[in-house]
Amino acid sequence: MLTWSNFLSQLFNGLAQGALLALISSGLTIIYGTLGVLNLAHGAMFMLGGYAGYLAFQATGSFVIAVIAGALFMLVVGVVMERVVIRHFYARPHEDQLLVTFGLSIVFVELVRFFFSSDSKTVPAPAALSGITSLGVMFYPTYRLAVVGIVAVALLVLFIVLYKTRLGMIVRAGIEDAVMVDSLGIDVYRVFMVVFGIGAMAAGFAGIVNAPVVSLSPDMGEAILVQTFVVVVIGGVGSFPGAVIGGLIAGEIISLTSMVNPGYAYVMLFAAMTLVLLVRPRGLFGARGRE
Amino acid sequence: MFSRRPVLVEIVTAAVLIAVPFVLPALDAAPNTVNRILVWGLFGIGFDILFGYTGLLSFGQSAFYGTGGFVAAYLLTRAGFPYVVLALVIGMVAAAAVGYLIGLLALRRTGIYFAMITVAIAEIFFFVEFNPLSEWTGGENGLPGVPTPRFDLGFATLNFSSGWSLYPFLAFCFFVGIVIALRIVRSPVGVILTAIRENPLRAAAVGHNVQAYKLTAFVIAAAYAGFAGGLLGVLQGFMPPDAFMFETSGQLIMQTAIGGRGTLFGPLVGAGVWLFLQDFLQATLKLGAAWKLVLGLVFVLLVCFLRQGIIGGIRDLIALSRGKVQAPAEPAQEAAPVAAAPVAPMASRHAAGEGRQGPILQATGLTKRYGGVVANEGIDFTVQHGELRGIIGPNGAGKTTFFKMLTCEVPPSSGSIVFEGRDITGMSIIDVCQLGLTKSYQVNQLFNRLTVRENLTIAALAELRGKFKLDLFGRLANIAGLEEQVEHTLQLVNLGARTDTPVSQLAYGEKRRLEIGLALASSPSLLLLDEPLAGMSPRERVETVRLLKSIAQGRTMIVIDHDMDALFELAERITVLQEGRVLVEGTPDEIKGNALVQDAYLGGVHEEELA
Repeated sequence: MLTWSNFLSQLFNGLAQGALLALISSGLTIIYGTLGVLNLAHGAMFMLGGYAGYLAFQATGSFVIAVIAGALFMLVVGVVMERVVIRHFYARPHEDQLLVTFGLSIVFVELVRFFFSSDSKTVPAPAALSGITSLGVMFYPTYRLAVVGIVAVALLVLFIVLYKTRLGMIVRAGIEDAVMVDSLGIDVYRVFMVVFGIGAMAAGFAGIVNAPVVSLSPDMGEAILVQTFVVVVIGGVGSFPGAVIGGLIAGEIISLTSMVNPGYAYVMLFAAMTLVLLVRPRGLFGARGRE
Repeated sequence: MFSRRPVLVEIVTAAVLIAVPFVLPALDAAPNTVNRILVWGLFGIGFDILFGYTGLLSFGQSAFYGTGGFVAAYLLTRAGFPYVVLALVIGMVAAAAVGYLIGLLALRRTGIYFAMITVAIAEIFFFVEFNPLSEWTGGENGLPGVPTPRFDLGFATLNFSSGWSLYPFLAFCFFVGIVIALRIVRSPVGVILTAIRENPLRAAAVGHNVQAYKLTAFVIAAAYAGFAGGLLGVLQGFMPPDAFMFETSGQLIMQTAIGGRGTLFGPLVGAGVWLFLQDFLQATLKLGAAWKLVLGLVFVLLVCFLRQGIIGGIRDLIALSRGKVQAPAEPAQEAAPVAAAPVAPMASRHAAGEGRQGPILQATGLTKRYGGVVANEGIDFTVQHGELRGIIGPNGAGKTTFFKMLTCEVPPSSGSIVFEGRDITGMSIIDVCQLGLTKSYQVNQLFNRLTVRENLTIAALAELRGKFKLDLFGRLANIAGLEEQVEHTLQLVNLGARTDTPVSQLAYGEKRRLEIGLALASSPSLLLLDEPLAGMSPRERVETVRLLKSIAQGRTMIVIDHDMDALFELAERITVLQEGRVLVEGTPDEIKGNALVQDAYLGGVHEEELA
């Protein structure tokens, strides 16, 4: 069982899963960093993105359109959610923010269950990316390799938006001190809305990109949410690099432990989180005062 | 609310619990639903102490519910242990022990981090139960065959089997649970837990070991969860693995929020609404799986519009119908009436310390750097027993940072602080306050939703009980000297007419006086006041200066303020800080005449303007 090629393929699985986690966690962490709201509906948004893409795929048969639809749909959901609900919770205690996003996540999950039933749905990988690829020492599913590439591009785009644009500069300033940004005459609420939209879009994009790997079900967001939390605790709240590195670490831990015994994947994840909490409570890339 | 008629709540609870089996069957309520409500209600009591009272929202209660449940169920089935109640208690102890360990880890962080860590823990427990421990827990099958309790009394056998016949047993457990919880909530520990919810920073600053009390609440919640988990096995006749599911934690949170947090009965009410509505939506309206969607929407709407849940809503309605809704704030008392008779100065912690000589506080070479910014550099500072010292300096001179170092809120980058002959450098703010050094804050740090009396009680408790004491069943009335100390402080800061007013309804000047009162109530021997006059009207200033004079008797005080006239009147000596260093130190007259001070501090303002 423990062969060299097996190990390599699990390493790649971990990379693919880690890349996805990195993308989802980046969305969660920039929302939290900027708005100060921990979005417990983030896992449900990942799931919603997948279903939106699934609908688009059913209608058009095009995977590319499905991905675009999934991402854009979640952008809209994110913006509407911020406008209608989240905005009224900025001044309320953290607990209320957690309660309302938690409630929304249940509404999202149950809505999907209502319309799509609990049966799992699949979106096939596009023809060009299906099949397997030879990596010299082993064969590996082409689409999973592609996932790593697609997510890497998405992360790069996110990086450019965050670090090379005016909006990104405002967002990063907002993570450090939103009140100060507001006092500088920048409409911080508008930025909040955009950030929530981008964060939701990242989750939705990941949801549809992941659909050909793991079939869709209404409850799939829950496990992802827990994993993103571990990622954020490891990487440090509000840190984009932390989310990326934390995501890759978590992906590899889950994947490599599963090779030995899948039952212990979460135990190892927990152990890693505990270790970080004990040694570096702020997380690997966390800064003081960001909580 | 509870304190006035202490036994009433218990009596009403008992009466309702006894009445239920006679009333509800007539309404065609399923006994099993009623029993499940009781188990959720008991589970929720502990959670409400953690969330509603202490302000810690844990998403990981399923971990303890499952732990207690499976330990009890394992004993009763696989291990063949015959005593149901004892097994439940063992399950509870196991859950509490696990709660202690998890609490040590999860409570290392606060707020968002705490929530995330508890979510992760809940999920991990679920997977551990399913896989590594499945030999003991039965994995996805759970543990079937959990017996129901029966008691052989010699002359008769009490057999609680299922349905209404099991009800008395569950109702009794719930009743015991609520009686214990009511005692805890009314105890000194209960008061401190609410202080932590309102303002953990200040709770620590008045000298309570916040971390230890949080852990206490966490363990209490785990214990309740563990016992309730055991009851679930008894109720269903088998221990289901979904007790460990994240969904269990979620449902508990939603029920508590629906019923009303911080009420102890909220979870029971919420569970009632939840389960009856579920039955109704599924059976009567034939909604099938959509019931959860409806409940989710109800929950979101409640969180948005009825923050205190159903019980909170009812309480507001009752208050409204009685016309007792408080006017937002009584007209601000511009000049508080002068206390009729001069109040005797409150003794500082060391009454015998009067007439003590020599330095009470000695700071040497105190330096604080934030990255490249030097806030304080090489400050040497000595205050004698009984002195009233003023500190002035332009904005940004490092006065507040200096105070923060003296009270050990922030550790100095270098240098040392000696208080009453003891090196306190690097101590925690809690320990330093317990030694008798505390401060009032520049920006009010009060317990906002509590009354003036409760605020002062919290501060006084820290001195009278020490930084941590587990008198979970103690009574406030039995703490010697508490009443007197609170009353005395109330008189001193002249808030005797506002004792039962919540802080949020006080006028600004009153809040400022309460801020000083909080520091005073722990009867410090060295009191630091950070801009006590800030933002006050001229008349309030006169009042407060008088207050400061009266509390200065018998204790040592250091006051920072920008009001020079007030400080020159109050202080015996004045230290001037500038750009993080001591510029000059001397009597008010020396400072007034000092050219350095005039130049550097006042920027060349003419002498007559100072007079």
